[in-house]
Amino acid sequence: MPHINLPEGFPGISAGLTYRPETAKPMRELAHILLHEPNSLTPGERELIATYVSSRNDCHFCQSSHGATAACHLGDASVVDKVKADFMSAPVSDKLKALLVIAGKVQQDGKLVTSADVASARAHGATDMEIHDTVLIAAAFSMFNRYVDGLGTWQPRDPDLYAQMGKHLAAEGYVAPSIRQPVHAG
Amino acid sequence: MPHIALNPEHLGIRGAMAFRPETARPLNALVEVLLTGPSTLTRGERELIATYVSSRNCTRFCHSIHGAIAAAHLGGDEALVKQVKTDFTQADVSPKLKALLAIAGKVQQDGKLVTSADVDAARALGATDIEIHDTVLIAAAFCMYNRYVDGLDTVQPDDEALYRERGNRVARDGYVSVSEEYLGAGAH
Repeated sequence: MPHINLPEGFPGISAGLTYRPETAKPMRELAHILLHEPNSLTPGERELIATYVSSRNDCHFCQSSHGATAACHLGDASVVDKVKADFMSAPVSDKLKALLVIAGKVQQDGKLVTSADVASARAHGATDMEIHDTVLIAAAFSMFNRYVDGLGTWQPRDPDLYAQMGKHLAAEGYVAPSIRQPVHAG
Repeated sequence: MPHIALNPEHLGIRGAMAFRPETARPLNALVEVLLTGPSTLTRGERELIATYVSSRNCTRFCHSIHGAIAAAHLGGDEALVKQVKTDFTQADVSPKLKALLAIAGKVQQDGKLVTSADVDAARALGATDIEIHDTVLIAAAFCMYNRYVDGLDTVQPDDEALYRERGNRVARDGYVSVSEEYLGAGAH
């Protein structure tokens, strides 16, 4: 049961975004720029960062929807599970591993990121912009996750719902809502 | 020394925002709606929530500047801001705001810690659903801003007079307008 009177049938963040369109607009735009617009990090890599942070924050809705979006971009769901379980042994580039280390520290506390972490990402080819975006994706998901959990939103367990959302988000991005009407799911 | 090549003239979040104006726009738009937009919570109350969360995250730039903005809205009462940071339960603020600060403090740790009892307590003291929503989102958003500022190791001076002067300016002009100083006109 959500803590406040959110619209029924809207899972996870879509309930908060539908409830308060004034704050939804910049939140959607931020996610769209960070995850969907052209970038030297692929959309799949950026979605993996978002999924990893959401998984460390134990936010079911965010890790499932962004995990499904990452799987769609990468054409491979098993990479997503491996990144969540132990990204150091996942089949992703050394650069992405170094960026995931930074993201994991930001998820705890930005002050934990060291010059050595940044130097290591750079040594693997990360640019300043990629480091910036990694920090901001990790920070932004520290917000999105708290928003979704802090309102006690409905977070269905039905994997099909997330697979559908992932397909929509991978294709369209975040500006237009992926959930436009109430859904029925377990 | 910031972790990436930020312009050292811009302090705190401004350095990060000037580095990436595309993301600065929605970041400023969000804080503008939450902290200065129409609301039944006063601007001082909302700035106190932002200050409290930033203080718990130990992000000096954010808790200093939002503390200064809060004081500017609260008749210059810096002692009240300090009291909210150290122990809000003893501060001279309304019982409703105390109940909302309790919710904000839980969101700062983990949104899942917020209980129905916390929400009922806020409601019993007069909080509306939208006030509870905005409290949760302000707390969540400052967990982002704080991590952004700290994670890039931006310049965070220890200079009360500087924050006081800027705080007055932001309290008067708002976030989007002040952002033109470092993003250039037409930033929004």
